[in-house]
Amino acid sequence: MTVPSPRGVADGPVRMLVLWCPDWPAVAAAATAGVPVTEPAAVFLGNRVVACTAVARTRGVGRGMRRREAQSACPELAVFGVDENRDARLFEAVARAVESLVVGVEVVRPGLVAVPVAGASAYFGGEHPLVERLVDEVSAAAGVECQVGISEGLFAATLAARQGALVESGCGAEFLAPLPVTELDQPGADRAELVDLLRRLGLRTLGAFAELAEKDVSVRFGMAGVLAHRLARGRSERPPLRRRPPPELSLAEEFDPVIERVDVAAFLAKGLAARFCAGLAGQGLACTRLGIYAVTEEGEQLGRVWRCAEPLTPAGVADRVRWQFEGWLKAPPGDRPTSGVARLRLEPEEVVEGRSLQLELWQQSGAGFRMGEDDGLARERAGRAFVRVQGLLGPEGVVTAVLDGGRDPASRIRLVPWGDPREQETAADATWPGRLPAPSPATVLTSPLPVRVTDGEGRDVGITPRRRVTAPPRRLSVAGQPARDVLGWAGPWPVTGGRRSTEHPRARLQMLLDGGPDEPPEAVLLLCAGTDSPLWTIEGMYD
Amino acid sequence: MTAVLSAQEARDVPDLREEQGRQEVAEPPVARLAALPGVSTASRVAVQAEQARVTGRVLPVAPALAGLLPAAGLRRGSTVAVHGASSLLLALLAEATAAGSWAAVVGVPSLGLAAAAELGVDVGRVALVPRPGVEFPAVVAALLDGVDLVVARAPSLPAAVARRLSARARHRGAVLLSVGSWPGADVELSCRREAWEGLEGGYGHLRARPMLVRARGRGAAARPVSARLWLPGPAGGVARAEPEQLGEAVREEAVG
Repeated sequence: MTVPSPRGVADGPVRMLVLWCPDWPAVAAAATAGVPVTEPAAVFLGNRVVACTAVARTRGVGRGMRRREAQSACPELAVFGVDENRDARLFEAVARAVESLVVGVEVVRPGLVAVPVAGASAYFGGEHPLVERLVDEVSAAAGVECQVGISEGLFAATLAARQGALVESGCGAEFLAPLPVTELDQPGADRAELVDLLRRLGLRTLGAFAELAEKDVSVRFGMAGVLAHRLARGRSERPPLRRRPPPELSLAEEFDPVIERVDVAAFLAKGLAARFCAGLAGQGLACTRLGIYAVTEEGEQLGRVWRCAEPLTPAGVADRVRWQFEGWLKAPPGDRPTSGVARLRLEPEEVVEGRSLQLELWQQSGAGFRMGEDDGLARERAGRAFVRVQGLLGPEGVVTAVLDGGRDPASRIRLVPWGDPREQETAADATWPGRLPAPSPATVLTSPLPVRVTDGEGRDVGITPRRRVTAPPRRLSVAGQPARDVLGWAGPWPVTGGRRSTEHPRARLQMLLDGGPDEPPEAVLLLCAGTDSPLWTIEGMYD
Repeated sequence: MTAVLSAQEARDVPDLREEQGRQEVAEPPVARLAALPGVSTASRVAVQAEQARVTGRVLPVAPALAGLLPAAGLRRGSTVAVHGASSLLLALLAEATAAGSWAAVVGVPSLGLAAAAELGVDVGRVALVPRPGVEFPAVVAALLDGVDLVVARAPSLPAAVARRLSARARHRGAVLLSVGSWPGADVELSCRREAWEGLEGGYGHLRARPMLVRARGRGAAARPVSARLWLPGPAGGVARAEPEQLGEAVREEAVG
């Protein structure tokens, strides 16, 4: 692989303005849940804080804290889970506010938007007036705080936005020099390993790293190191390999019926993204700036450009299309398009040589071989069949089951549409006190069947608040059928549905029912709720 | 194809030598019969079954169920109808999915997947199409193209459509398992469930259940076979019931 040499003026990055909404995931989550900005809120992933609001930070919450730790520091903390769709949906309002003042808006990720600064600053009479207008417009239209930074290139401008700095033209490298080298590890850049290595080598600041000769960097750290080195020197991520793609690489699709729901769009986005990336890969290219343009049935034009430091994979393209539809279709009524999307166009605004993607494709097939070649092949074949069925029935038509922890057969199974991530929420092999013992019923009724259970004297059998049966059950009758004898029973296994739901004690029982003359007995799983007027339902059958 | 010696004896490979000893006496008629097209000796049937298993033309099933199926497993391209018990259906899926085959279940929204996992099914390789609606034939046909095992329950299916789907399974080398009857099924498995064990008047819990499974069908499965199984057994999974319980009544039923 040849190392590109610096090429003077043509290599100089464009002056960019970056508008950054701090703590965006936490701000978006709080806004969705209606938590006022004066209250602390934090977003958690895997029991760790990934983002918290400024209010929460002043009360001692920080990134990386465990939930219990964070709540002990700040008991009134509002806790939210990570939801990229929510972040993208709310950020659309910010992007729209910026777009009302300047053209060429590019969303880097929810929370960060970049604009080329040259034309706009001339129009508004300088960079300071432009920044003031932008901050006012965003807080007025979208109701969120933001910080703005201006510098050469996206990387330097992002760091400038963190400090709210307007860096003088041509001083990008000087601005970057004193910053710590850890800043190279921006979200999505995947440079943690490189940054760690640089720190251990004693290169603590970007300036120290930038002083190395590019030749030495390329010998020691390879292509990834050269890219990071270019950033540290205040140059653009890549040498100007970028070129405007010929128009046939864009992909347009008509929809009939029109798309009005996000889940439908998300499903279609997967197929489109695969075709889009395959078309680019056929030319040896990968996309770093993606334009998503939609036309609604009424003829409204919607468009947004997404910028990405790394070349987009099919999954990345699908994510961005889904986020964009979240933003459009779930916007507040005034900003929402009046009808569904009838036409969608994906346009590669900027492409790079697909070399960097090549590696990942290779790794993927490598993983496939490790599992056994047949396994990967069988999975791909099956996946294609499931996607075809999803095409017939909709994305919810094909589901797979994830085994979670739980006490009863229905709550141990979570159904996930095919193609969505299958992540366990709770460990299936953890101990669950009071869990129904194996075997589980082979048939779990989709709608439980109400029955009446009586004791020897014909009185209803119920469950006491201490989860005991009031009398041994003797007979069971389904509405409209003769009563059947209960040959054996076991239980009750108490059902605990939260601490406060004490008004209706609930428990599960297993029963063996007389099948009638010449028929074997049947085993069923029943749920009982209430003491005086108990409600019995058959939940499953051990058939 | 007709097996001259009983299919059951052919599958018990350890007994084969004894069988061959007996066979030598009757060599001339067997040799004559075996020369006819479409007729094979028991040893050849056994060898073929073993070969088919190794080359992947037969999907594996639990050892307790192998005796019930003509190729000692689910032969690719065949249609098997299962009557009467969801747990038997799940037990049939267990070995194949654990060995890496993919399965799809169409039109059975009430299938207990926790029970499936307990019987040894790899739930990650099972996709469910709970409500195919009017698209049932199209969905089953699409799935037969992609996965090894398709479980289908059709409330009412025209015989012509059913035959077309069976033909597709044969063509694609998939196994079609039907819940309830299926016109033109190669093997029909029906079962008589017996009383569960483990309940003691308010104590204990359901533990194990014996079940009498009968297989009959066409071709190699023409001779009815039956077996008494624990489904699920005391240790979970499926197990053969003890030999002394496989009494005279069972044998008679097998013949009749």
